[in-house]
Amino acid sequence: MSDKLHWDDALADLNLTQDGPINIGYLCTDRNVERGLGDKTALIHQGHGGALGKFSFIDLKELSGGWAAFLEDRGVGSLDRVCLFLDRVPELYIGFLGILKLGAVVQPLFSAFGDESLISRMEDSGAVAIITQRKHLGKVRKVRDRLPELTMVVVIDQTDAHKPLRDGEVAFDMETGRNADFIPAATGAESPSVLHYTSGTTGKPKGALHVHESVLAQYLTTRDVLDLKPEDVYWCTADPGWVTGTSYGIIGPWTLGATQFVLDAGFSSAAWYQAMSDHKVSVWYTAPTAIRMLMKDGAELVKEYDLSALRHMCSVGEPLNAEGVLWGREAFGLDFHDTFWQTETGAMMITNMPGMTVKPGSMGKPFPAVEAAVVDADTGIRIDEPNTVGMIAVKPPWPSMMRTYWNNSATYYGKFLNGWYICGDRASIDNDGYFWFSGRDDDVINTGGHLVGPFEIESALLEHEAVAESAAIGKPDPVNMEVVKAFVALKPGFEPDDDMELSIMNFIRKKLSPLAMPQEIEFMEKLPKTRSGKIVRRMLKAKERGEEIGDTSTLDDD
Amino acid sequence: MKEMILEYIRNEYLDDEDDEDIELDENTPLISSGIVDSFSMVSLKRFLENKCDVSLPDDEATPEAFDSVKSILHLVQKHQKG
Repeated sequence: MSDKLHWDDALADLNLTQDGPINIGYLCTDRNVERGLGDKTALIHQGHGGALGKFSFIDLKELSGGWAAFLEDRGVGSLDRVCLFLDRVPELYIGFLGILKLGAVVQPLFSAFGDESLISRMEDSGAVAIITQRKHLGKVRKVRDRLPELTMVVVIDQTDAHKPLRDGEVAFDMETGRNADFIPAATGAESPSVLHYTSGTTGKPKGALHVHESVLAQYLTTRDVLDLKPEDVYWCTADPGWVTGTSYGIIGPWTLGATQFVLDAGFSSAAWYQAMSDHKVSVWYTAPTAIRMLMKDGAELVKEYDLSALRHMCSVGEPLNAEGVLWGREAFGLDFHDTFWQTETGAMMITNMPGMTVKPGSMGKPFPAVEAAVVDADTGIRIDEPNTVGMIAVKPPWPSMMRTYWNNSATYYGKFLNGWYICGDRASIDNDGYFWFSGRDDDVINTGGHLVGPFEIESALLEHEAVAESAAIGKPDPVNMEVVKAFVALKPGFEPDDDMELSIMNFIRKKLSPLAMPQEIEFMEKLPKTRSGKIVRRMLKAKERGEEIGDTSTLDDD
Repeated sequence: MKEMILEYIRNEYLDDEDDEDIELDENTPLISSGIVDSFSMVSLKRFLENKCDVSLPDDEATPEAFDSVKSILHLVQKHQKG
């Protein structure tokens, strides 16, 4: 018998069997009550203006049971897709678990999404219900007519002071809807659980479908990489609109019965440190962009706060550069432990484990239950030569691997080569087995740790009344790794001035999201195209980065 | 200028359904309340530069400086005075 960690090691810890029921919603709530953690604080929530809320695991059990019963009573069945379109309010976290307890599929949507981003994701998934709040109800109403399968809009904060809800909209108050008796659905390992949409180079966002078995990987990596202990207060700064915010902002920590802190407020360095001090945050999972924003305010600011409880720090979203690690040492006296994974992998794949020597700028090594390598992009053959760049590849299967892209199995199968899952990022491996990130292998833009598809932006740009041609690329940025830059040719009669630039920026911000908004727009007479009329993003990217433009022989030159 | 900025924020950042719920004045928190996020600050800064004819240095366009119309006015006026 090998003593190497295996995913199935989680089964015994979670009192599960290979073929028995497995329900993430139950594991995060009722199970913690059953093992004597009912009165333990599960969630410390700090909202706008500093308003505090505390929820025990009994609260989590009863409130999520209330969500499940409410949805079931209104006809939502197992496998139905239910969207969450909420700020980081408690209903987002607890509603997520309620949907899973019901056996339905939860589809989180980033609360800053605009109408086009909502439509592309909900049209594809065929969601039957969306849970939202007054603040975002206008956006939902705007798209409803285009979503025939959406039969119910649930509003969590409707009061008598508001204008009445419309047909198909229903109010639900989580607190009064408590239900201690709801029996979680006996979902199986392969029952669908979470549907997260992610952007690619071409086409609309794709829905990575996960299953309840994913919890085995999320549990083990939370235990071993985030190193959560019973007495910890853990803060994952990611929004549950994205996979980090669900895998490690809900599922992993609560299967361990950990206390989580959530801050639903805009970013400021001082507010973050104050919150960490006030709530004695001991384990912190954040992102390189946030770390670089903190760096801008200096290490001295950190010393003004009592962060003595903080003992472990991890990072995810994009590669953490060496400067970030070195600054972390100076500011906190601790290493940031970088982790690499994707929406599709559902859990960490390459990690810096606690106790491991952190090489600043490195991604770390494969998690002990993971077999990862770099492979040749064309053949998928493993590259054994150290320090040679290839495609990052992971040997399937693993529990949290996506099972398909919703409505798009062809693209899913295209992610595999020679028995490996190909992540789409390039890296090399040094003599000690550490992975070093080299770059993405496609045109997807990584901004602030979020992937944005250039095709989505370009399509939306063309809907602006003045835009004739468009291209979008990632422009290197010291804080966000990349920001969106757009190249635009205007229709005759429109002037490329400051007002036009602002008009286009706001158009995309509201249509897609603030992340997708071009932070810079370059107006051109016409965009470089191939003879068949395809805009050559590669040339614009090379030009922006001061690199060789490469072969232009097939380009249109008239 | 204050009214112009308030109107812009109301039109660009507040959802239709919000209007009845959110009182927006010069002291309303913008960044810390989540009305304007860090990415959207870029277009707000561009608006101020276009309409107020100033150049706002990136290192002064911080979440704190953009957290209310009052603090925004302070920043803009400082640079208008040159």
